[in-house]
Amino acid sequence: MTETAKRGKFALSFRATELEARNGICAVAQELRLLGVSEDTAGDIEIALAEAINNIVEHAYAGVEPGNVRVICSFQQSRLDIRISDKGVPLPAGELPEGAPAVITDDRQDLPEGGFGWFLIRQLTSDIRYDRINGHNRLSMGFDLA
Amino acid sequence: MSLTSTVTDHARVIIVNADRIDAAMAIQFKEDMRSETEGGPDRVILDLSTVKFIDSSGLGAIVASMKQLDANRSLDLAGLTPVVDKVFRLTRMDTVFNLFPSLDDALAAAADQ
Repeated sequence: MTETAKRGKFALSFRATELEARNGICAVAQELRLLGVSEDTAGDIEIALAEAINNIVEHAYAGVEPGNVRVICSFQQSRLDIRISDKGVPLPAGELPEGAPAVITDDRQDLPEGGFGWFLIRQLTSDIRYDRINGHNRLSMGFDLA
Repeated sequence: MSLTSTVTDHARVIIVNADRIDAAMAIQFKEDMRSETEGGPDRVILDLSTVKFIDSSGLGAIVASMKQLDANRSLDLAGLTPVVDKVFRLTRMDTVFNLFPSLDDALAAAADQ
């Protein structure tokens, strides 16, 4: 994992494996707390970040040698922008999934065990954008820090 | 092994030996829950007080752990820390499980039954 930091902005990159992803997610969350982001907000950001990065590990690089994930965090006044890039396959249909809430059923056996990720990302971000640029996926997530 | 369990009079209590239940740990967690919940009391209490972070894979593994129990058995959750609590509430999974502030509260509820 490599890390660079300057005032108002820091970045790191790591290989898209489950363990390196965990270390990367923890490193970003720890840096945000060190930079004074409140415990509550850092928790929200960590959830959204983990869901976005897990999607890259599980889907963008599915069935191929895991490539890199790059995370750039930029502070702008009372807002944090996180940009996550990878060189994996594009999102299905080239668009952000709707992220509908999972359906909670009365029958225990029908309860969902997945499909929560994009819903959580949409709930926890103030805005979100996806671009496919020159063979890269770029997901931009905004968070209000106020 | 990611879990440790003990049996009280009315419940099996399972403690998580990790501070995260995430994608890297979800499959192991589900397997360990299967072996820890084999036999024993119908009520299983999962003490999550050591867990500071959970993602949707971890949440799915907890749901799967309940689904792999026989229908007459229950999985109750105790000691949810703030991030874990938030994930359960946002996904409405807080309506599926009995949640208790602490393991003591969960055990006291058993005594009332």
